[in-house]
Amino acid sequence: MNDNALLGPDDLTEAIPHARHHHVDTGAARFLSQTKTKLVLVGNPNVGKSVFFNHLTGMYVDVSNFPGTTVEVSHGDHPRWAVYDTPGIYGVSSFNDEERVARDIILEADVILNIVDAVHLERDLFLTLQLIDMGKKTAVCLNMMDEAEERGIRIDVEELSNRLGVPVLPTTAIQKKGFDKLDTHITQACPGNSNPSLHRSLHDLLNRVGSQAEALMVMEGDQVVAERHGIDPGDERELIYVERRNRVNRLLEKVMTATERRRPFSATLGRLAISPVYGFPFLAVVLYAIYLFVGVFIAQDVVGFTEGTLGNRYFETFVKDRVAAFTAAEITVEKVGLDEAGEEVTTGSRTFSFPQGTDSNPTLAAEMSAYRHIGVNNVSYTFTSPLALVFFGEFGAVSMTVTYLLFLLLPLVFGFYLSLSILEDSGYLPRLATFVDRSLNGIGLNGRAIIPLILGLGCVTMATITTRLLGTDREKRIATSILQFAIPCSAQLAVIAALLATAGLTATLIYSTVILTVFIGIGTTLDRALPGVSSPLLLDLPPMRMPRARNVLRKTWVKTVAFMKEATPWFFIGALAVSIMQVTGLLDVWVNLLAPITTGWLKLPQEASTAFVMGLVRRDFGAAGLYDMALSPMQVVVALTTITLFVPCIASLMVMLKERGTREGLVIWIGSWVLALGIGGLVALLIV
Amino acid sequence: MDVRRGTHGTILSLPEPPELRSQCIRLGLCVGAGFLCIERLPGGTIVLETNRQEIALGRHLAKAIGVETA
Repeated sequence: MNDNALLGPDDLTEAIPHARHHHVDTGAARFLSQTKTKLVLVGNPNVGKSVFFNHLTGMYVDVSNFPGTTVEVSHGDHPRWAVYDTPGIYGVSSFNDEERVARDIILEADVILNIVDAVHLERDLFLTLQLIDMGKKTAVCLNMMDEAEERGIRIDVEELSNRLGVPVLPTTAIQKKGFDKLDTHITQACPGNSNPSLHRSLHDLLNRVGSQAEALMVMEGDQVVAERHGIDPGDERELIYVERRNRVNRLLEKVMTATERRRPFSATLGRLAISPVYGFPFLAVVLYAIYLFVGVFIAQDVVGFTEGTLGNRYFETFVKDRVAAFTAAEITVEKVGLDEAGEEVTTGSRTFSFPQGTDSNPTLAAEMSAYRHIGVNNVSYTFTSPLALVFFGEFGAVSMTVTYLLFLLLPLVFGFYLSLSILEDSGYLPRLATFVDRSLNGIGLNGRAIIPLILGLGCVTMATITTRLLGTDREKRIATSILQFAIPCSAQLAVIAALLATAGLTATLIYSTVILTVFIGIGTTLDRALPGVSSPLLLDLPPMRMPRARNVLRKTWVKTVAFMKEATPWFFIGALAVSIMQVTGLLDVWVNLLAPITTGWLKLPQEASTAFVMGLVRRDFGAAGLYDMALSPMQVVVALTTITLFVPCIASLMVMLKERGTREGLVIWIGSWVLALGIGGLVALLIV
Repeated sequence: MDVRRGTHGTILSLPEPPELRSQCIRLGLCVGAGFLCIERLPGGTIVLETNRQEIALGRHLAKAIGVETA
């Protein structure tokens, strides 16, 4: 027995009868397994928890939102345990959504596997000691041992285990070193040696609160847990934290020695990334790489194939052929060939009329089949029945939505999330946030907001969902507004770039300046106008390293699936709404309402108002409509400015309403109509 | 604090808001902790190294932390 040993928590709970008290059901208990022993993985960000999770759970893993939140929790099965992975946290508390979810899962856990980074014990042991103070059965894995050795860090594992009072297993997860002992190690988990004086105070609280863990939460001032038990939160968090920090330091003095070695290359790289001199070229290279990958490779090459060929040519014709079987349809078949430049051209066409659908005229249908059999075709369908139009027409809620979601958006979203995951796994992302923090402060945000802003260039809907990671409501509001007002998404960007290329350099400069000004203007205005303070940047910078393919792909996949699940219903509803509007003639009413503003105020041809309204469904429709109009370069600037500032697509609106609430969402939405038309007109006044 | 790159120092005081203070303590930025400033970006964003950890601080937060430099 060493001088830190005391009554284990088990003794405590038996000694004090659990008196009746007000206990609120959190939903966490129902979310987690009722039958199997619950094993929860806990650790700081970037310690390699995922490798352990994958090893313990194998192929089938379920990722779902923790009830009432948007935080994703992974759950997998092991023969012995129901395994849960928690978001990386620096401590158990309620400072943000991730921590709140981790806290609730930890409170319900039967066994905790705490993964710790051997290179950063000073930081990681804080969480370990907190888990031990909570009285939870814990087993610790000392990960990244190989790196620690390289850095000249020596740890007396046995002494560490004795002092903590819990089993400690040294591992190097990426090489699976130590994994053969993992299962046994976990079964040896036990409550450790908690802080003696703290322990005594927790003792006093135990008859009001369900467990030692909850008692600690209450003492550390956790509002939520305190409320669940109908008592006031304590106010000693800071004292407890400082004491815990001191315990970590004293502990490490006894078990760890570090000799300063030469700084590894990754550290030098990390310094470069945030250096005022080299940071810029670093950033430029990264952004350019993303542009090449997502903007060129995916947006043009991949999507050209998936949307053009798979989507339009195969999927849509397949579906529409089925529909044309039994409803009035006029089918135009265009023969496609390649000209000398390799571009697609129409080399012939025929229109087949089926007033009662193809099934009722098998002869003509066979003729059409034969015609279509030769070479490559573009087939377009004109339906007359309103029902067919709503679901399979130009804005067909089924035909267009599926093509858009699966064949256009999915590759783009995947590409963006992949880029982001690589940036994150390499350790560059927090450095990027550090680098741009000062600039973003000017618009009321901090460096972390760079993530939704970059994602906004991919898909504003996807970015709006990501604003959840921002610290305060204030920042979420500012970021969402900027996204909805001033960021063109990739669907539009391609068309905008093409149009600007034809309009010339001056036009491009004017356009960029206007958009940038609006971007900054909205940010600064909201920053001044909104009450409160935005959260400051306080970021732990992980070491830079080669991103690991498995990790990156897994993260990308999870995020992409989550996005598709969330956004699909909204795109469908949006397309349905616009489709119905088109069929009922309501769309034309809107277009006519806008026409005078378009021609008089914006000085654009009347057809432009159609483009604006089309942009409500798909932003690229809005921009593409401008191609066919003969616009002067300055008119191009006005038109592009207006559609960029204009409301993003319906799906984006829906997600924003969900994230910010109906009232705020509508204010932003209506505001963007006003802003877009207002500024568009102002620009027209000045330059057309 | 607003220190130059390469400066060694000790933390004397933390910012007011209780949550922010707790988050600082958790990461290792406590009163009495020694640090090395490894970067100061134009505008005031500061990156500190303390106990082999690199921590980035936004300029307002950095200003609200009182330090003593070597």
